[in-house]
Amino acid sequence: MKTQLSHLATLEAEAIHIVREVAAEFERPVMLFSGGKDSIVMLHLAIKAFSPAPVPFPIMHIDTGHNFDEVIKFRDRRAAECGVRLVVASVQDAIDAGRVVEETGPRASRNRLQTTALLDAIEEHRFDALFGGARRDEEKARAKERIFSFRDEFGQWDPKGQRPELWNLYNGRHKPGEHMRVFPISNWTELDVWHYIRDEEIEVPNIYYAHRRPVFQRDGMWLAVTPHITLMENELVEDRMVRFRTIGDATCTGAVDSPASRIEQIIEEVAATRITERGATRADDRVTEAAMEDRKKEGYF
Amino acid sequence: MDLLRLATAGSVDDGKSTLIGRLLYDSKSIFEDQLESIESTSASRGDEHTNLALLTDGLRAEREQGITIDVAHRYFATPERKFIIADTPGHIQYTRNMVTGASTADLAIILIDARKGILEQSKRHSFIANLLRIPHLVLAINKMDLVDYDQERFLEIKREYTEFASRLQFSDLTFIPMSALHGDNVVERSANMDWYRGATLLHHIEEVHIASDRNLVDVRFPVQYVVRPQSTEHHDYRGYAGTVAGGMMKPGDEVMVLPSGFTTRITEITSGSEHLESAIAPMSVTIRLADELDVSRGDMICRPNNQPTVTQDLEAMVCWMSEASQLRSGSKLAIKHTTRWARAMVKDLRYQLDVNTGHRLEDVTELGLNQIGRVRLRTTQPMLADEYHRNRTTGSFILVDEASNVTVGAGMIIDTE
Repeated sequence: MKTQLSHLATLEAEAIHIVREVAAEFERPVMLFSGGKDSIVMLHLAIKAFSPAPVPFPIMHIDTGHNFDEVIKFRDRRAAECGVRLVVASVQDAIDAGRVVEETGPRASRNRLQTTALLDAIEEHRFDALFGGARRDEEKARAKERIFSFRDEFGQWDPKGQRPELWNLYNGRHKPGEHMRVFPISNWTELDVWHYIRDEEIEVPNIYYAHRRPVFQRDGMWLAVTPHITLMENELVEDRMVRFRTIGDATCTGAVDSPASRIEQIIEEVAATRITERGATRADDRVTEAAMEDRKKEGYF
Repeated sequence: MDLLRLATAGSVDDGKSTLIGRLLYDSKSIFEDQLESIESTSASRGDEHTNLALLTDGLRAEREQGITIDVAHRYFATPERKFIIADTPGHIQYTRNMVTGASTADLAIILIDARKGILEQSKRHSFIANLLRIPHLVLAINKMDLVDYDQERFLEIKREYTEFASRLQFSDLTFIPMSALHGDNVVERSANMDWYRGATLLHHIEEVHIASDRNLVDVRFPVQYVVRPQSTEHHDYRGYAGTVAGGMMKPGDEVMVLPSGFTTRITEITSGSEHLESAIAPMSVTIRLADELDVSRGDMICRPNNQPTVTQDLEAMVCWMSEASQLRSGSKLAIKHTTRWARAMVKDLRYQLDVNTGHRLEDVTELGLNQIGRVRLRTTQPMLADEYHRNRTTGSFILVDEASNVTVGAGMIIDTE
């Protein structure tokens, strides 16, 4: 008789427990869903948590407008298949409404503007809990964040004033206007996510797998040529076999050279890699050493 | 491959962050961009070596002040096992963080500076590890390089600690002499301490047997969520979702639902769409019962001949975690135990435990931040409780301030009546 769970079974059980706690204790939860692998896994866990009943909360995409088409198609299809309501909070709308001012220049990014769109959507829909697919292995500030992470009425995170979090007893109590960010896969690593995707046969957007596409090099990363990005002088476009390790705003998410076209090859590649996924592919985290900490304090994911 | 959760505790300068950095570095779990980033930070601060401690010091304030201010989680894996490290700071004011980081740990590593020996805070960390019933303890006698890798010094510390620990209930205590800075006996065997025949730290945590730490005897299933699809396909479906807190459940088992006391049978255990033959802790499953009973969140499913105590009176050790308030006789708080919320009143603060000496201080009237004491609580609703030493899930609770909503206390039930 089996008396010891595998590490993935343990992580899965922990995540499902967290998802159910939120559904049981909050009035209006929502799950952030970007179409990236972490949010796909999180949604899969939510489906498992409530089966055979439908997932009892909507999913929400903070849409910078700078997307990979493949990912948006995947997002819409996945939401329809699961029968969950999809809320889209648009950065473009926030720009059009004059709520935020867009950065200019070839390095302009809408990454930071997502915070306003997110906080506006929380207020509009009166969400009291937001599931996020962040993992603690991604980044130093995230390594110190609780699973139930309190946000005040301005959406701010106070890293020094975090609530103690013990056993599996999560404290989601809050006042109206405040909310909780909840990270069910906090304890998963990039490799765990891929192993789980393999074991559970979960579909992910095809740009995670190796494919040919026109890219150019900037800051040591391969960026995809998209309508949203302006090439600078001396930036040469070439066709390369690449894949994406993370999926985010297309203007600041880099691709990596890779021949990995099957999941086993991706697992091998991730297991052997010597660079973190954010270091390899996210211009947004490179700004300063404390970039993530600063953005999180303001209310970023 | 299974999962081991470990907690580390040490004083500010014991080299704890260095040890974790070393474990990650030597087990090749550090990435090049992380290493480059700390190399450049080390260089700009004028550090002599690449400061591996910078790997775990995540927040700006920590890097500026060179301290660790909160629990940080680190992950690494070997072919044998996956590890989650809760790295907790050692200063006295952060006892609550150690409790937070160590509450779910299978194993704790307590660092001792070989030059300084056993300090008050080593004892404090040991008391806390003992209180939290962490099954396995490693005493890492660090900085052996600074005592010339002297075996006598190691044995002296070991003797002193063993004598101190005889008053505690550790079932598994391991001493490892090491130098985290130079890597001796962390991952690689030390060439400087051939007198030490035991395992390296990594080898020890890879091999330590944790399967029997689980309680497979007492069936405990706190109902977390009632699944009712209300669809035509699943018209009469009613499932009870939750995380197994103890024992082994199988379809066909006769069970009792508390607090109502009705008995019925388990007809089905599922995870997603998969039907399971059995479920053990800590699996998250959904079970169905043969009879239609009124079962809701906060109820507990157990065996008729093996039940938790149903009680409104709890005797517990409480670690107080708030600087804004104190625990006193008469304090009213919210309490969360398994999936059940209620209100609790402190009926009696029996004594404070001096976590540096283990002595009981009988004449106290309040518990402040980081103080631990034995209290008697009266709750508004019956709790379905076990003693913490039998079950860390059904024996633990948190206390929450009803005005601020902040978690202010962590409780471990020591006596159910």
